[in-house]
Amino acid sequence: MSPLTRLLEVVGRLFVGLLLAFLYLPIVIMGLMSFNASPFYMLPIEWSTTWYVQLAGNAQLVDASLYSLKIALATALIATTLGTAASLALFRYEFKGKKILQALLLPPIAIPWLITGTAMLVFFFGVGIGRGLHALILGHVALALPYVIIVNNARLKTFAPELEEAARSLGANQWQVTRRVTLPWIAPSVVAGALFAFAVSFDQFVVSYFLATPGQTTLPVEIYAAIRKGFTPEINAVSTIIIVLSMALMLFTARFYKFGGND
Amino acid sequence: MNGNSTLAAHRSQGMKAAQLLFPAYLWLVLAVFLPLSAMVFFSFVTEMPFTGKPWSMTVANYAAFFTTGIYAKLLLSSLRLAFEVTFWCVVLGFPAAYVLAKVLKGRSREAIFLLVILPFWSNGLVRVFSWAMVLRSGGILDTLLNAVLPFKVDIDLIYSYPAVIIGLVHSYVPYIVLTCYLSLQAIDDSVIEAARSLGASRFTVLRRLIIPLSLPGIVAGAVLVFVPVIGSFMEPRILGGRTGTFYGTVIEDQFVAVFNWPLGAALSFILLAVVLFILAAASPVMRRSA
Repeated sequence: MSPLTRLLEVVGRLFVGLLLAFLYLPIVIMGLMSFNASPFYMLPIEWSTTWYVQLAGNAQLVDASLYSLKIALATALIATTLGTAASLALFRYEFKGKKILQALLLPPIAIPWLITGTAMLVFFFGVGIGRGLHALILGHVALALPYVIIVNNARLKTFAPELEEAARSLGANQWQVTRRVTLPWIAPSVVAGALFAFAVSFDQFVVSYFLATPGQTTLPVEIYAAIRKGFTPEINAVSTIIIVLSMALMLFTARFYKFGGND
Repeated sequence: MNGNSTLAAHRSQGMKAAQLLFPAYLWLVLAVFLPLSAMVFFSFVTEMPFTGKPWSMTVANYAAFFTTGIYAKLLLSSLRLAFEVTFWCVVLGFPAAYVLAKVLKGRSREAIFLLVILPFWSNGLVRVFSWAMVLRSGGILDTLLNAVLPFKVDIDLIYSYPAVIIGLVHSYVPYIVLTCYLSLQAIDDSVIEAARSLGASRFTVLRRLIIPLSLPGIVAGAVLVFVPVIGSFMEPRILGGRTGTFYGTVIEDQFVAVFNWPLGAALSFILLAVVLFILAAASPVMRRSA
């Protein structure tokens, strides 16, 4: 290896290191400041858990968290069920218009949420669905469905269709084939899809912002309102909790999906 | 399987498929495709029909876009913002993807790759908020730099255009790293070695080999950054303050502050047309990778 090559590699590694610093610095600082007793973020840090204690007593934020959790769980359950069924059909059968159906999964992902969210608001009002819990679940499931189907389809590509045929020729009915042969194979992607759906819903701000009723909102909408009113250290604390939880969830998903892919 | 399949067999397959597909696609139609179509209708009315007020069809909402100039100007500034954010994302993301794909190996590559794309799956709103803390005057960055540097610096980036750029680049750079990494990894190392041993300089290899071969990844990543940034409103609001008025924030206002939903629908639909145009323009390049 020439000295120049070695130098370029060192520069390259340094660059990646700086990018990681750029990505994590604000998050780390936010986390540190959430443990700072000074509400004006004075340094040096005076360690304290005041803001976490206050947070626990903030009924509005606790309510919003539980509401978000409820919606995310419902979204994960519904999107995983409907999405897994759809991905099985897309894998198993040949039919006209299959390409179009696959292409239709892209708009909910590719169109900015501002457009989708405002369109949902206008339409749901127009047909009498309105805003609130049911509107939020309706919207969140639609955003999560494509992710579930795409993740499952990627896993199904590694599945040999002959296994289904073998089970069928041995007398298994369609449901038995699905439950005993296909689903065990795609279990990692079903779980990964469910976790994705949960994350899409729990972190969703834009669509929730338009579909939540002013009285009862989700956690991200509540945080947005609080930020616009002014900085409060309590928001640091709740933000730190969210970011740690959502990163842990994704780390878990990545590990889980990886393990599934290796066997 | 397709060779001897008759039309009847196809049809029965279609029926079975339909049972499994119906719930998911009905849901998508109800919650995404009907709303998007309905928005077209509502963009042509004077008042929202279900409020009880008299309403009629009109093109005034679109006329407002084309005659007043303010909305077109905001759309242009949103496009400019999207260009700048995409540019910085590529400048930061492509070299990092190259190092990940071609320099790092084994476990350290896996770990760093995961670290780069991890923030992207965490809450975007919270990440933007964390920058608001860092960038404000008398904030952390300020204090830290003044503690280290011998001269006084005053960093007051919050509520400025650069703050919006920083926040958006931070939000979207993982996309570029991801797509560029995938296409760079597909380039065979021996092709690069062959070019080098035939006397091509590093720069020539980059310009004639690596960039053309990874172009689909760059374009795909750029589109994934560009499209959501034109429609961004939360980041400009939090980091831009009074300077953060863009096309997205004006649409937001129509729905949550001014309550002129028909105008909001028309503005949203114009944005949708721009987005679809960009997706269509980029698709030939992206398809080359498939």
